[in-house]
Amino acid sequence: MKIDKQGLLEGYRTMRTIREFEERVHKEFMTGQIPGFVHLYAGEEASATAVCQQLGEHDTVASTHRGHGHAIAKGCDVKGMMKEIYGRADGLCAGKGGSMHIADLDVGMLGANGIVGAGSPLACGAALSAKTLKTGGLSVSFFGDGAFNQGTTAESMNFARVYDLPVLFVLEDNGYAESTSSSWSIGGNNPVRRAEGFGIEGTRVDGHDYFAVYRAAQEAVEAIRSGTGPRFIHIEFTRYYGHFEGDASSYKPLDEVKDERRYLDALKFFRARTTGGGMLKIEDLDAIDKEVETLIDASVKEAKAAPPPDLSTLTTDVYLSY
Amino acid sequence: MSVKSFREALNEAMRDEMRRDPTVILLGEDIAGGMGSGGEQDAWGGVLGATKGLMPEFGRERVLDTPITESAFIGAAAGAALTGLRPVAQLMFIDFFGVCGDQIMNQMAKFRYMFGGKAKTPCVVRTLYGAGFGGASQHSQSLYPMLTHIPGLKVVIPSSPYEAKGLMTQAIRDDDPVIFFEHNTMFDDKEEVPDEPYTIPFGQARTVREGKDVTIVAIGMMVGRAKAAADEMAKDGIECTLLDPRTTSPLDEEAIIASVKKTGRLIVVDEASPRCGMASDISAIVAEHAFDALKAPIKRVTPPHAPVPFAPNLEKAYLPSVDGIQTAIRAVMGVK
Repeated sequence: MKIDKQGLLEGYRTMRTIREFEERVHKEFMTGQIPGFVHLYAGEEASATAVCQQLGEHDTVASTHRGHGHAIAKGCDVKGMMKEIYGRADGLCAGKGGSMHIADLDVGMLGANGIVGAGSPLACGAALSAKTLKTGGLSVSFFGDGAFNQGTTAESMNFARVYDLPVLFVLEDNGYAESTSSSWSIGGNNPVRRAEGFGIEGTRVDGHDYFAVYRAAQEAVEAIRSGTGPRFIHIEFTRYYGHFEGDASSYKPLDEVKDERRYLDALKFFRARTTGGGMLKIEDLDAIDKEVETLIDASVKEAKAAPPPDLSTLTTDVYLSY
Repeated sequence: MSVKSFREALNEAMRDEMRRDPTVILLGEDIAGGMGSGGEQDAWGGVLGATKGLMPEFGRERVLDTPITESAFIGAAAGAALTGLRPVAQLMFIDFFGVCGDQIMNQMAKFRYMFGGKAKTPCVVRTLYGAGFGGASQHSQSLYPMLTHIPGLKVVIPSSPYEAKGLMTQAIRDDDPVIFFEHNTMFDDKEEVPDEPYTIPFGQARTVREGKDVTIVAIGMMVGRAKAAADEMAKDGIECTLLDPRTTSPLDEEAIIASVKKTGRLIVVDEASPRCGMASDISAIVAEHAFDALKAPIKRVTPPHAPVPFAPNLEKAYLPSVDGIQTAIRAVMGVK
């Protein structure tokens, strides 16, 4: 696995930004000022971060309803995201999309998505563009354990295989599709074998381990860039909050929830491993924590103060001939 | 009789029919919840809690949580309905019609006709619709006109808890596929609802209020808004008849035409997009059958032809409002 000190610091900053963003949205949501509903990525940071660190400007990601982490890792403006979540005029989608539809095509973020399983066909399309236009780009489809069972996902894996499209399928398995256990809902309970059934090589990694995800993603992306077609990674991790804010997660057994933040925290693991081995200094990581905290705090303050969209925008950005 | 919420009314209708008929089963995503987990079973009872308590009473053999696979389980409901069961499937949001459209549009809707009348397809697809809760473009649509357009489907849109219980009971007993629309923001609406089972026949509009000046036809959540607007206008001496069609397929054309023949004015309030929506359809029916009775042009009150926006101020402006309906009433009356 190849990563330098700079890469490690960037990885940590991204993970910390996602965590702080989500913890803050969790807190602010309870005040009732955030409209609609939000699905938080806290606990899952290593996946978006380590996968997106392999990507460049010509690469794209298709995301999910739990999309804040993918958006941050792919380079979306954090302040623009927060404004979008608050429904503000200069949010990333002009206040028309909200949490579940954050997108920024300029940085290759093809959109969070309100439809479970909708992302993989879009990733195949983006990969088809990259291949046809010879940009050298690839496309990542992040999808959850629920979406893994959708027909669109299976169809996309087959489509990517038959055209050897440069797609990385990333199954983000947080154990629960809404309230339903993934060990039950994924028939056969062996996602890598399912991918292999489509002729797609896959691997399974612990998503609390940034280094394990990084290694698997780097290997897969290098293989895809060499022109051998799609790859698959099954990442297992823990979602700290409910399916959406307001869901009490009572379907999780208590003993599973009790110590998850203590024992299943990618950021803690990262700090212990990098500082314990002398790769990074604790002060450097602490400094990042402070900077991130300042950034997120400013994002929330600016979002709260920002104006809502002008009512005239209700009928812009849509074909209208009457 | 007791005061019940929309959620409780639906729950009672399903519970009573499951007690009455062992072939009634429920299936859908998290309709109990906790499937395969070590935590609370029946943790959700459906996304808005309408099926809570039914799994503990009837067991997982009759209340089936499904993987997130709309094509598979909506299609399975159609197949099971053909072969002896009476499934009530929950398509969480009607927006997900986009995922499983084939099974509804080309399969369950067609069997009875396409098989020469030999098949029955007694299934209900419960589904959430409508704006007003910040759900944005992919969770807030009012797609009932699309389903109404498809021959073979019955389409039900209850406007209150009382209506919800009676229409759900009828839907489960019906031998054709029924798409049952439940508004995202109406689950906590409350009113007096009988404790015992009752049915409300399809294709019979409800007269919510009577007045000599204007006929208002309103659908689903819009019935409440239209009533508020009409009650307000009565203070100015303008008396409106308000009709709630209850079902858009079959549609009670006769009641609408008869009312317009009396009042000479028609307003249709519809939460669906304006083009090819129920407002357009009902307007065409009236123009065809009661043209001579019209004293003013027909008014359609609908959202603009745009996706449902996220920002609260845009979403509020998107939905037909009480004010907007009053403006329409004044317009057809020719007053300011």
